[in-house]
Amino acid sequence: MSIRTSAPANYRGRKVTDTIMRGLSIVATLIAIIPLILIIGYVTIIGGGAITTDFFTKTYEPPAVSDSGFNLGDLGAPADANAVPADTNAAPTPIDPNATPDPFAGIDLGALTDASVSAEPNAPPVVTDDGAVPGINNDMGAEGTGVAEVTATGGVLHAIIGTLLVTGMALLISLPIGILAAIFLAEYPGNPVATVVRFCTDLLSGSPSIIAGVVAYILIVVQFKSFSAIAGAISLTLLMVPTIVRTTEEVLKLVPESVREAALAMGAPTWYSTFTVVVPTAIAGIVTGVMLAFARGAGETAPLIMTVLGSNNISFDLLAPIAALPLITYRYTESPYPGENTQAWGAAFILMMLVLLVNILVRVATRNRLQGR
Amino acid sequence: MTIEASPVAMTIQQLKPFYGKRQAVKAVDMEIEPHKITAIIGPSGCGKSTVLRCLNRMHETVLNARAEGEVRLGSENIYAPDIDASLVRRKIGMVFQQPVALRTRSIFENIAVGLRLGGINNKAQLAERVEQSLHAAALWEEVKDKLNQAGAALSGGQQQRLSIARSIAVGPEVILFDEPCSALDPISTLKIEELLLELRRDYTIIIVTHNMQQAARISDKTAVFMVDRDSNEHGPQGVLVEYRGTREVFTNPQDSRTEDYISGRVG
Amino acid sequence: MAQVQTTGESFWQRLERRTQHGDTLFWGLTLFFALIVIGLVVAVGVVTYNGSALIREKVGWSFLFGTEWSPIDTDLAPASFGAWPAIRGTLLSAGIAVMLAAPIAIGIGVFLAEICPVRLRTPLSFMVELLAAIPSVIYGVWGVIVFVPFFTDYFATPISESVGASIPWLAGPVATGRGIMVAGIVLAIMILPTIAAITRDVLSLVPNTQREVLLALGATRWEVIWQAVIPYSRAGIIGGVMLGLGRALGETMAATMLIGNSTRIEESIFAPGVTAASLVANELTNANGPLHESALISVALVLFAITLLLNLAARLLIWYVNRGPVRGGRV
Repeated sequence: MSIRTSAPANYRGRKVTDTIMRGLSIVATLIAIIPLILIIGYVTIIGGGAITTDFFTKTYEPPAVSDSGFNLGDLGAPADANAVPADTNAAPTPIDPNATPDPFAGIDLGALTDASVSAEPNAPPVVTDDGAVPGINNDMGAEGTGVAEVTATGGVLHAIIGTLLVTGMALLISLPIGILAAIFLAEYPGNPVATVVRFCTDLLSGSPSIIAGVVAYILIVVQFKSFSAIAGAISLTLLMVPTIVRTTEEVLKLVPESVREAALAMGAPTWYSTFTVVVPTAIAGIVTGVMLAFARGAGETAPLIMTVLGSNNISFDLLAPIAALPLITYRYTESPYPGENTQAWGAAFILMMLVLLVNILVRVATRNRLQGR
Repeated sequence: MTIEASPVAMTIQQLKPFYGKRQAVKAVDMEIEPHKITAIIGPSGCGKSTVLRCLNRMHETVLNARAEGEVRLGSENIYAPDIDASLVRRKIGMVFQQPVALRTRSIFENIAVGLRLGGINNKAQLAERVEQSLHAAALWEEVKDKLNQAGAALSGGQQQRLSIARSIAVGPEVILFDEPCSALDPISTLKIEELLLELRRDYTIIIVTHNMQQAARISDKTAVFMVDRDSNEHGPQGVLVEYRGTREVFTNPQDSRTEDYISGRVG
Repeated sequence: MAQVQTTGESFWQRLERRTQHGDTLFWGLTLFFALIVIGLVVAVGVVTYNGSALIREKVGWSFLFGTEWSPIDTDLAPASFGAWPAIRGTLLSAGIAVMLAAPIAIGIGVFLAEICPVRLRTPLSFMVELLAAIPSVIYGVWGVIVFVPFFTDYFATPISESVGASIPWLAGPVATGRGIMVAGIVLAIMILPTIAAITRDVLSLVPNTQREVLLALGATRWEVIWQAVIPYSRAGIIGGVMLGLGRALGETMAATMLIGNSTRIEESIFAPGVTAASLVANELTNANGPLHESALISVALVLFAITLLLNLAARLLIWYVNRGPVRGGRV
């Protein structure tokens, strides 16, 4: 029996299946790549268009409205600020979309929070930011408003500063924890505590980011009766520590045993060899891990909603509400003003560029390191 | 079966295995006799496994690897463009260096897998073929009561005989062995060698081994490969230096390099 | 040379004398920070547990299955905290996400590990991983402004108007376009890289011998993948899907922006809903009194507990795969 005639009866069917399934795996990969390109494309084209000098140098300016019956300037007045939450609490019915312009705009949130808290010192913070009535679809704000003649004014400098401040502070807190814990994992890998720590980092990085926000809200915002930059930083810490621990541990483990032994053979104690030999050898990898953690932290939104709240002014006060880029993206997406929609895309563009740049940098850095070895 | 009539089971003509641009072995010409054990020996890096893997087109499954030349099974060139490699591999089976039990499969399913690929799903038919194969691989007595247990739970020597049974099950004409005993203990090795001598009655066997005593003990013909260190700009190349009856190769080597090798002066 | 050695030794001696028990201190210091990491997890558990004490006292755990979520006292009815709409929305949207993402992501993992030409492997892996790096709020913006109108016009409206008439869970009206289905689709895109990367990693751990055995029996490439490679790494792939599910359950921003945030239970998957995470994100800062706040915190606690269990199970499965072949495989 020759090879040509030896084909089993199911031979042709198997070949067809093979081709189809291999084709499907290519299709699957394209399905992942297409949204990536679409998202990067949209954010780059629309968001990139929002990038002007004003965008980086100015802070919030209320949209200039010409044809509308109400004046946003009124909402900006602190006197009115208390009226908004009071109103929404009293009226559990859908609010006329025309009466809810950008729910965030013009309200001096710092003043508002302080006012509402000091008025009822024993009560937890009540409705504050977006006038949302729980349980009722308040997404209506995005549709139905006929406000068209709005020029995009102002910028997001306050949010850039806020994001840098909050994320930077979170980094300051997480760096010592993350790196020293990672050193423990790398130097005492067999210790039972190490196993628990590894599991805890997996758990923290796998748990929803909103949990971090809830914890910081309970611990800081409720205790100090004020939304604050520091609360945001602490919530981000919960999310950045696991990233730093895991990447640092990985690169520390990459340091060849011979390097360690060379230092130990000279009679150096473990701690000395760790800080003078092992850590400097791995410093490039540690830095890339820290950059990844920073990029991840800067893009986090959910925990910031319930910790830093947002603000329309430049603020350096760690105990006061502060603005942040992802919050701008979130809130302005729902805004009825096209100018603010554009700013939402602009903020998204900055965040995305940060993430892309860091990831590409890390990619290049790690490739060089691998080649060098 | 055409082999019985023919004096030649396989013909290898100008076979040149490549890894990318590098030709790993100089052109090989050999004729494999039916129902004989042909041993391929030589030092590490001489390309003996590469040549073996060319004989059932397993070589090309490695990244960037390909082969030129002709390998004929009977009268058919297995490298002919209209011949599918997967059909070649069912005619020319292969047993690897590491004993392999497919994880997540029972002993029974480890052997039935090749039959199922061929479209046999009838239970009675499967059971019969599996039993035949296990008998032929001298494993039946040891496993007949635990056919549903995991194949991976067997010992190394048993797993290697399981691998042999798996190859036999699909009904090949030729079975290629790639250093089948190098991962086994001496007693398991002995069992495999006895099995090979048994299998010679039904199959043509080609075995790569780095163990010269093994080649001397069981093979009928021996091919000796050597490393040519300065053959071309791509680095060392394997080369076939001698291919004759095993007795002649070991008692009266024609090539000085063979003599050096079997007397332990090289490799 | 001798001199160098002497000074070297005295240097170490001096150092050691000055920092007696230096290594013990070092051990203690790093251990302290390692314990802080554990402390963070404990803190999350304790804080959310304590924060939810009030609702447990007043209503009990049964509030999880209450179907009415109306945190404000009205003339018609008192405030009621039933978490079921949120839990149902979370399970539905995450379920849709996993059902859509798992087959595609496993396909991606298979392609990257088994089929893709080596030259394309690294750039394609990188692109898939970038999907995971993009902040979720960007998925939200893109979803709200680009995907929702597209999906509403070309899928939701036609489907609900045709088959939706007879199948209640596909019924209309598709009002704003935001709803459980849209959220599920965008969540699916977001968890693709999680599942794909783990699938690729566990597939590449499969020993080559398992593939060669099937190839040598005349199997096609797909048969090798389906009959040897995937069964070998089954546990790890399931682990990856569970991690993906965990991410979909807890993902906040995309869900908040896309699901419509309605606590009414509606049968149609095109109707708006709410997830545990989006409920907390929307209402915690506006909580209407301590009971409302406590209810929200306990929703977060439940979410944390679920992701904790999922992570634990997934890590165990992946660890089981990475541990290597089963006992008795080698001599």
